[in-house]
Amino acid sequence: MAFPHRPDAPELPDFSMLKRLARDQLIYLLEQLPGKKDLFIEADLMSPLDRIANVSILKQHEVDKLYKVENKPALSSSEQLCFLVRPRIKNMRYIANLVNADKLAGRTRKYKVIFSPQKFYACEMVLEEEGIYGDVSCDEWAFSLLPLDVDLLSMELPEFFRDYFLEGDQRWINTVAQALHLLSTLYGSFPNCYGIGRCAKMSYELWRKLEEEEDGETKGRRPEIGHIFLLDRDMDFVTALCSQVVYEGLVDDTFRIKCGSVDFGPEVTSSDKSLKVLLNAEDKVFNEIRNEHFSNVFGFLSQKARNLQAQYDRRRGMDIKQMKNFVSQELKGLKQEHRLLSLHIGACESIMKKKTKQDFQELIKTEHALLEGFSIRESTSYIEEHIDRQVSPIESLRLMCLLSITENTDKAAGKITDAFSSLAKRSNFRAISKKLNLIPRVDGEYDLKVPRDMAYVFSGAYVPLSCRIIEQVLERRSWQGLDEVVRLLNCSEFAFTDMIKDDKASSESLRLILVVFLGGCTFSEISALRFLGREKGYRFIFLTTAVTNSARLMEAMSEVKA
Amino acid sequence: GSKFKAFTFDDEDDELSQLKESKRAVNSLRDFVDDDDDDDLERVSWSGEPVGSISWSIKETAGNSGSTHEGREQLKSRNSFSSYAQLPKPTSTYSLSSFFRGRTRPGSFQSLSDALSDTPAKTYAPELGRPKGEYRDYSNDWSPSDTVRRLRKGKVCSLERFRSLQDKLQLLEEAVSMHDGNVITAVLIFLKRTLCKEVLFRELEVRQVALRHLIHFLKEIGDQKLLLDLFRFLDRTEELALSHYREHLNIQDPEKRKEFLKTCIGLPFSAEDSAHIQDHYTLLERQIIIEANDRHLESAGQTEIFRKHPRKASILNMPLVTTLFYSCFYHYTEAEGTFSSPINLKKTFKIPDKQYVLTALAARAKLRAWNDVDALFTTKNWLGYTKKRAPIGFHRVVEILHKNSAPVQILQEYVNLVEDVDTKLNLATKFKCHDVVIDTCRDLKDRQQLLAYRSKVDKGSAEEEKIDALLSSPVSSYSLPLQQSQETVHKVASCVCSQGLERIAVSRAM
Repeated sequence: MAFPHRPDAPELPDFSMLKRLARDQLIYLLEQLPGKKDLFIEADLMSPLDRIANVSILKQHEVDKLYKVENKPALSSSEQLCFLVRPRIKNMRYIANLVNADKLAGRTRKYKVIFSPQKFYACEMVLEEEGIYGDVSCDEWAFSLLPLDVDLLSMELPEFFRDYFLEGDQRWINTVAQALHLLSTLYGSFPNCYGIGRCAKMSYELWRKLEEEEDGETKGRRPEIGHIFLLDRDMDFVTALCSQVVYEGLVDDTFRIKCGSVDFGPEVTSSDKSLKVLLNAEDKVFNEIRNEHFSNVFGFLSQKARNLQAQYDRRRGMDIKQMKNFVSQELKGLKQEHRLLSLHIGACESIMKKKTKQDFQELIKTEHALLEGFSIRESTSYIEEHIDRQVSPIESLRLMCLLSITENTDKAAGKITDAFSSLAKRSNFRAISKKLNLIPRVDGEYDLKVPRDMAYVFSGAYVPLSCRIIEQVLERRSWQGLDEVVRLLNCSEFAFTDMIKDDKASSESLRLILVVFLGGCTFSEISALRFLGREKGYRFIFLTTAVTNSARLMEAMSEVKA
Repeated sequence: GSKFKAFTFDDEDDELSQLKESKRAVNSLRDFVDDDDDDDLERVSWSGEPVGSISWSIKETAGNSGSTHEGREQLKSRNSFSSYAQLPKPTSTYSLSSFFRGRTRPGSFQSLSDALSDTPAKTYAPELGRPKGEYRDYSNDWSPSDTVRRLRKGKVCSLERFRSLQDKLQLLEEAVSMHDGNVITAVLIFLKRTLCKEVLFRELEVRQVALRHLIHFLKEIGDQKLLLDLFRFLDRTEELALSHYREHLNIQDPEKRKEFLKTCIGLPFSAEDSAHIQDHYTLLERQIIIEANDRHLESAGQTEIFRKHPRKASILNMPLVTTLFYSCFYHYTEAEGTFSSPINLKKTFKIPDKQYVLTALAARAKLRAWNDVDALFTTKNWLGYTKKRAPIGFHRVVEILHKNSAPVQILQEYVNLVEDVDTKLNLATKFKCHDVVIDTCRDLKDRQQLLAYRSKVDKGSAEEEKIDALLSSPVSSYSLPLQQSQETVHKVASCVCSQGLERIAVSRAM
């Protein structure tokens, strides 16, 4: 269980520096508005902010009260107001209403808007139109890389997906380029660069331009990370649309992991309160099961429970001195393990209960049939029934999209998934799948306890396309021999390789790979690549615009109220 | 078929045994573990919403702002952090005190100077000392490419000198070639202000990247008028129609929304969408009538169904299938002529049989109206014989009935109607319809299977007696080739999904 890393696996760079950097910059910006002030924070920024700072830090820098930016009049009586927001039009209107109400009341205060990660001209235009340009000062807090885990950096920009892939707005490309620039400043340049997708190519080009402009800064630094791989989400929608069955993915699908933590309700905690739980490598129990197929998790947990019981039982025969030792040295660790264990057992139970209710087994069967391209008629009628039973509109849409994209026909999905089929209209999934062997041929049963390939993250039925592309390119160190795949992905113009001669790159760094998912990645993809890394002696580092899953993907496409 | 065999999410009882065992083990330790204080709570990674976290603090502010005057006064002082110190010592160590502990513990926060001295960060953040908002630049001789680069860096930069159309377009092309959407939009804002819309639209029509940015920008700032003009100019009639239709989402009043939808009916949608729009209008029209009527009935308190099952929400703006469910629930027996009758809805909106039956079944099962359920599947042929028929398959019927907690007698009746023997056995086992399992085994003349099932029924129950009676009847009628019986045993074993049972079954079959 819980495959250890190979002894020769390279060490990961220390990304906590990114947190300190973001915190220092925020403190600097707060100090730009000296004196007592109330801070208004956009809801979406609260969790990321929590991960790098806390109230005492804010308080230290004379933040008095904290408010959430929402559509309610503010009750603040402070003389100075500071707004920490994403660059969104509705936030500008909110601020404008507040400032204009003050003006009407003859009240003067100081206002400061801090845009994170950057400001947009459209926002400034609204401030100008509302007549408050100049009344408020604007700043940028370039906090665009949040380390959620030792190997996972998130930009926490779920809107990237809709803005770029649905609306065709390239506003976040500069943000991506800046983030990559920051990484190369801190961790050295990347000797080997690969990418596929229009957005990947544009981001890469802009990033290179930044590097040229600020030449000299990265020179001389020894590269810590040998490879970077940029990949557009629209190269592979199929993987993101599948139900997840590795533990971390299943927890995300069931409870929604937000900014690296999850709210476990009373049904999980078996008490009357909910718990907010950080899920990362520091949780020793979680760390051992996160990448496992769900079917292995039970066995692992019961083994752990038995071990724990045995360790507690040892205290029975102890004399006072031994007991003292036990209490002072082991008890705390055991107690923590106990807490974690009972939480994850509770989570498993709750997942089982929910999935049983949803006929998960039948759903998975349908998904596998779609991936493999057989019994289309049965799948179609299953989906039809899914709609008839009104199980969940988002789920029905998801299945229709999966059908449409794997069968390469918009007819199945029809008008309802218009937005989606326009994104994926030239899917050649079947041909790509054949070319890249995405459906493993298995004699007998696939042993999920001893995975033989990345397909284990989908019960042995399917190797995630995105991860297979990455695997193939890394093996070849180029796109050579993959012309047909690239053509089928409609990316002939957007697949690139760039080798920058660097003799200083250590052999260890050359086994570290930064994968950049533009438009989001799923926990299943992360697990699959972690597996690949263990097999090949690499280690992957993930940078994503946001962690996503099928439900988030579908929700991003649905029409919202203006 | 699916390779997902190693594990199923199907069975509530048996797959979970391992999990339950682990849970018991962990729970047995709970007494021992819980007697201690919460001192180390902060150090465990999952210690609830940590006090002192920003989200927590905002919830505090928000919770306070809406309370009574007295409470507000009291809480106002709590609101500001400085006044925490005046509060009496809190009883729980896991609240305010831990908040203060956080301040004194070394490393829990760093002052700016601390942070700067022990990290090399400062040197890597050259922009830190220069807030970009303070850049002002009115120089007049930046080239288009210099201007675009300055814009990308977030510097305020005057575009007024780009007055000829050629200059403006060159600026736009520079922005597009740099890929930064923010800069593209900045240039578009300038072009929108300084070009008449015909010229702007004409030039953007041949510049798709910029065009998409303008469309998104107009959507975001809500300039619906210019957006519609643009679609009209581009001859994108369907998008124009959809964009108009989308506005209904912003209309709350049902009457007004209905009137608005009426204006959408003639718009140039695709043929399929046109039918949807018409349906949307008709549905809302019906819902308004039904809602007014039912609200009246409910408040009058004379109608039994509304008294027994008060409505949880208004039916306005609900989807069609929900409306059908509602009408099957509250108006099942109404004549076809009324707007609220299920049959009327079925005809008006051409609801397919399958969907109708599924919905009606769910509604009547929820009310436990088993006679209605029965009638739903009863058809008479021309000779007057009745026959049971389900367009959705009886296996589905059984599952829906089970979800609505139908009693075993009812479930049994429909399990028996499932044609495929394997499915029937599966369902009967899953839902504990013992008689069906026993009878099916009897009909299959399968002794081993009966033996295996015997452990599933209660000790001393009628079912057990029945099995024993069958098992003690002449052996000859049950003897089957060994291999075949082994296969069936495996089948039963896998459908009851119990490892323990599997062991028993297999060992007995040997």
